[in-house]
Amino acid sequence: MFSQIMVPVDLRHRDQMRKALDVAADLARQYSAPICYVGVTSPEPGELGHRPEEFATKLAEFGAAEGKRHGQDCTTQMVVAQDPTTEIDAKLSETVSEIGADLVVMATHMPNVTDYFWSSHGGALARHTRASVMLVRG
Amino acid sequence: MTDQDQTQGIPVPEGAAGLIDTEYSIGQDNVEGQLGPFGFDVHNPVFMISGLSIVAFVFYALALPEQANAVFGWLRPWLTSTFDWFFLGAANVFVAFCLFLIVSPWGAVRLGGKEATPDYTYIGWFAMLFAAGMGIGLMFFGVLEPVYHMAISQPLGVPSPIAADGSIIPENVEAAKRMGLAATIYHWGLHPWAIYAVVALALALFTFNKGLPLTIRSAFYPIFGERIWGWVGHVIDTLAVFATLFGLATSLGFGAQQANAGLEHVFGLPNNVTVQVLLITVITGIALVSVLRGLDGGVKVLSEINMGIAALLLVFVLLAGPTMIIFADFFAGLGAYVGSILPLSNPIGRADTDYMHGWTAFYWAWWISWSPFVGMFIARVSRGRTVREFIICVLLIPSLVCVLWMAVFGGVAIDQVLTDPTGSAVKTYVIDSYVPELSLFAMLEGLPLSSITSVIGVVLVIVFFVTSSDSGSLVIDTITAGGKVDAPLPQRVFWCTFEGAVAIVLLIGGGLGALQAMVISTGLPFTLVLLLMCWAIFKGLLSEAR
Repeated sequence: MFSQIMVPVDLRHRDQMRKALDVAADLARQYSAPICYVGVTSPEPGELGHRPEEFATKLAEFGAAEGKRHGQDCTTQMVVAQDPTTEIDAKLSETVSEIGADLVVMATHMPNVTDYFWSSHGGALARHTRASVMLVRG
Repeated sequence: MTDQDQTQGIPVPEGAAGLIDTEYSIGQDNVEGQLGPFGFDVHNPVFMISGLSIVAFVFYALALPEQANAVFGWLRPWLTSTFDWFFLGAANVFVAFCLFLIVSPWGAVRLGGKEATPDYTYIGWFAMLFAAGMGIGLMFFGVLEPVYHMAISQPLGVPSPIAADGSIIPENVEAAKRMGLAATIYHWGLHPWAIYAVVALALALFTFNKGLPLTIRSAFYPIFGERIWGWVGHVIDTLAVFATLFGLATSLGFGAQQANAGLEHVFGLPNNVTVQVLLITVITGIALVSVLRGLDGGVKVLSEINMGIAALLLVFVLLAGPTMIIFADFFAGLGAYVGSILPLSNPIGRADTDYMHGWTAFYWAWWISWSPFVGMFIARVSRGRTVREFIICVLLIPSLVCVLWMAVFGGVAIDQVLTDPTGSAVKTYVIDSYVPELSLFAMLEGLPLSSITSVIGVVLVIVFFVTSSDSGSLVIDTITAGGKVDAPLPQRVFWCTFEGAVAIVLLIGGGLGALQAMVISTGLPFTLVLLLMCWAIFKGLLSEAR
């Protein structure tokens, strides 16, 4: 049913992603679909690395650990955005097409008043991509 | 198993430069959490101290307005007259340092590493350079300053061509015209852009090549080492936030008054606090939309639109005015600038102290107090340029554009004053009575289609405020988030709104003048900071791959 699963990750909040990561792994097993973990960073140094290569290394280590945990093949992809806070939705949408994902699984927050002003990243992906999007509450 | 495509990343800075090996990890001092539905991620203590001290100074200015006016009203002229040598001397050092970097071997160092490619095209880059830090000044001073220096301030003792009875003194005309333009270009040419270039280069180098967070303190790592993560750095960053927010808020307050005067002049709109508060609200509202759309989707787009409209206005004035005279003014002004730059830069033994203290030292303090904001914004959009390309594009080309702008707007205005001294509206508002906010509109009145160009002028003034406000909010947000550029969106909304609110409160309660004087006073400590930055840049470049 699904041939490529994309899982956007925020490595600063690994605990809050656990449920979504496990769900993605279950779906990957069920449909024999590989997972690609996608992380977005800026060119400027950030808390996950002084430069994007450090971020990429951490993302790769994360992907390797998840692959080992679930015993499945997975890849990682770093995306660089000039202004991640505002560009993340557009960058993730582009990445869905780029890697040919037909299912996106991602953690999301409980809805609150801010969703009236700007939607969650998962909501934006559902609106702007052809992939199925599964949002997992933490 | 991973499949990380190495070409996706930003190239590693190459050579001996490497990264600065610091124990500090970005965000380690940050406090992250939720305030109701809003997430936050702020640096402790920079966010809190900046915010509280800003509120405290606003209260001080409102509660004790006479004392605040007296203190800061005295402080600013005292600083610019006492430390004139320091401001002028330091600005000369910045220009010399930048010119040296162009011809030095370190000009080949690329910001972001040897293989880095520029994030923005030249057009987008230039548009953002101007829109952030200078656009609004060009609108306000483009007509005022050349005419004022030609007729009143008499830089280097060049006599006025206008006699006390208003008649023209023909033998003084040519020299005064040239000096009017040269003395203006001096304030908008190499020196201010060198000030911005030093701050921007320092931040870009220590962020993109050395791997330190994008915040002012990072530039001081070669001097203070690991201590910059402590109170030394907290003070530097807090001062930068303080100067930036008050600089923007007070300019916004005054800008609203100026735009209101323009609207009254053009449309007959009432000139009162209600209209001005509405203007600030509209400007802040548009800036909020821009900030929410982000660097590429908001700030850059708005800057490009604004620069496009400004270029059209420039071309119109050039063609509608005495075109050949303007071209002659451009070259004469440029020649006079080159010929006068050394005596104008000399801080010692000058007789023209009104010009040197009231204008030059004031301007240098002003540019320097704005430099953390504009410099940091320029740094953020300059990755991928070599140091040589960076200096040429931040120092020389904007200076030439400013020369052209001043030659066109100032040249037309001077021509109007000298051709028709009795009927010139420019003479009325600049020389006979000092109403600077109407000087641009007065010049446009003397050209065809003034009802259309005046509207364009008002729109440009408003949108230039928006482009300063949105880029300033991004800068303040980044500094108060400890150099993180991906802090939660509500923080940007907070700073942008806070800036508008401070402007409105100061406009209604009084205190704009006092606090703007205070901001300009921060130019003194920042001058020292910038001199240290030159040393830090030099040390940083020594270990870079060329």
